Amino acid sequence: MHPLLKVNNIKKMYGHRIGCTDVSFDLYPGEVMGIVGESGSGKSTLLNCLAGHLETDGGEVIFDTLDRGPVDTLKMSEPERRMLGRTDWAFVHQHARDGLRMSVSAGGNIGERLMAVGDRHYGNIRDRAIDWLDRVEIDESRVDDRPTAFSGGMQQRLQIARNLVTGPRLVFMDEPTGGLDVSVQARLLDLLRGLVREMGLSAIIVTHDLAVVRLLADRLMVMKSGHVVETGLTDQVLDDPQHAYTQLLVSSVLQV
Amino acid sequence: MSDYNFAYLDEQTKRMIRRAILKGLAIPGYQVPFASREMPMPYGWGTGGVQVSAATLTPEDTLKVIDQGADDTTNAVSIRKFFERTAGVATTEETEKASIIQTRHRIPEADLREDQILVYQVPIPEPLRFLEPRETETRKMHALEEYGLMHVKLYEDISQHGAIATSYAYPVKVEGRYVMDPSPIPKFDNPKMEMAAIQLFGAGREQRIYAVPPYTKVVSLDFEDYPFEATKAEHPCDLCAAEDSYLDEVILDDQGGRMFVCSDTDYCRTRREAGHVGRLGTETPLQTGPEAA
Ligand SMILES: Nc1ncnc2c1ncn2[C@@H]1O[C@H](COP(=O)(O)OP(=O)(O)OP(=O)(O)O)[C@@H](O)[C@H]1O
Ligand SMILES: [Mg+2]
Ligand SMILES: [Zn+2]
Repeated sequence: MHPLLKVNNIKKMYGHRIGCTDVSFDLYPGEVMGIVGESGSGKSTLLNCLAGHLETDGGEVIFDTLDRGPVDTLKMSEPERRMLGRTDWAFVHQHARDGLRMSVSAGGNIGERLMAVGDRHYGNIRDRAIDWLDRVEIDESRVDDRPTAFSGGMQQRLQIARNLVTGPRLVFMDEPTGGLDVSVQARLLDLLRGLVREMGLSAIIVTHDLAVVRLLADRLMVMKSGHVVETGLTDQVLDDPQHAYTQLLVSSVLQV
Repeated sequence: MSDYNFAYLDEQTKRMIRRAILKGLAIPGYQVPFASREMPMPYGWGTGGVQVSAATLTPEDTLKVIDQGADDTTNAVSIRKFFERTAGVATTEETEKASIIQTRHRIPEADLREDQILVYQVPIPEPLRFLEPRETETRKMHALEEYGLMHVKLYEDISQHGAIATSYAYPVKVEGRYVMDPSPIPKFDNPKMEMAAIQLFGAGREQRIYAVPPYTKVVSLDFEDYPFEATKAEHPCDLCAAEDSYLDEVILDDQGGRMFVCSDTDYCRTRREAGHVGRLGTETPLQTGPEAA
């Protein structure tokens, strides 16, 4: 089996400060990779480099495209990369309002990706929007409401629906449960786990919450000061951390 | 002796505007930036259209100016006077006789010819602005033909109103490439944009010029199950009995009396002169204006 994504030596500098460096890993189809580390360790920087939102200072992000096989997305033209961004790739932002159109109804938000790839049948678009509201546990009577009328948890679920409606082959998520109440986080996490299983999603999830990766990630990458200090199967890393920093990270969580 | 150059603008400015017009014609529907000049009228008054007209006019031209289809509104009259004074060109109210027609909010009913130019006054040239206010982003969307957002707008319309409620400034795709705002004409006029005349669009405050060359394909956006319809009031004109023209509703009294009349006043007059009589029409053409009394 080919990796879906092959990341080689990604490096990003902010002036003299390291954003992230020497990051390499493979992601196989159907796999969920978790990226953990304390605040400022370079998780978002890495994710944004991978998704093409940030320019890198070196490295390769090779994606197994449907039509051309493995292609270094960092060398793609902007039109190609934007096309990828609304077809095969999806990006779930930490703050729902960064990933939603707040002045557009829930149905319109979900329908946008369908229309972007050429769906021109209103009834069809609406049916799929309603189906997706249902899948993220939002009552279909809310289909014409704007996200401004939604709670934080609902907004985040709507953002997820909007991203998954076209069945992306790779999903990037930056702290998808961050900034939500604990009870709301648990429900969202449950929902995400269901979707990941059902759809066989391939995803890269950034979080500083070890509970999130415990539930969702097959494999784990631990970051510190822009470097990857440990990688491995999630259970292995969490139950038997090798690196001193990971041990600290795990124990601090256990104390909570 | 006039203090102005012909048609008010200096020759260098007109050349700059003509270059923008030519570029616009070469790339139908593409918004060409231009350095809009101060005009001796407020922005809402069609300074973009006025600059395009000024750069297009020659001394031999005959100019017609309409606002909502009428030649006699304050806006139309003042623009016509402006060019009578600054260019000394002939003016007319007859569509047939005009070589350049500057318009706000309508396309004349009569078919335009190859030797005519229609100049539109445009308030907001960017059709994507409604959902994407960032200019850097809309420019990219045009460049990459990312027009899904236009349909999001139509989707919102249907979900809120049960039908595409956009009835003015209805977005079109030009020659299978650029999505364009046709200016606030009623959507009834959209099908007319596939015409023999040159169509030029000027947005003064926004500093954009765009164009549709003769016989260019202009398609109104829609959904398969909600197809575009060029609707108008289901009524014949009460003065000239036309069934095919866009109508204005006129309130006659405070008892609820009202009539529907052609918004294109020249079209209506021409028909009445040819003997067509509507429900409230008279045999002889109706006189309007202060002389009528
Ligand atoms: N735009 C920027 N300019 C300069 N430095 C930046 C910029 N963005 C991030 N950094 C720095 O790069 C490092 C990594 O930041 P990053 O946002 O990737 O961390 P993170 O792991 O996502 O943290 P958090 O958990 O707080 O979101 C930090 O030292 C941060 O201060
Ligand atoms: Mg972050
Ligand atoms: Zn009439």
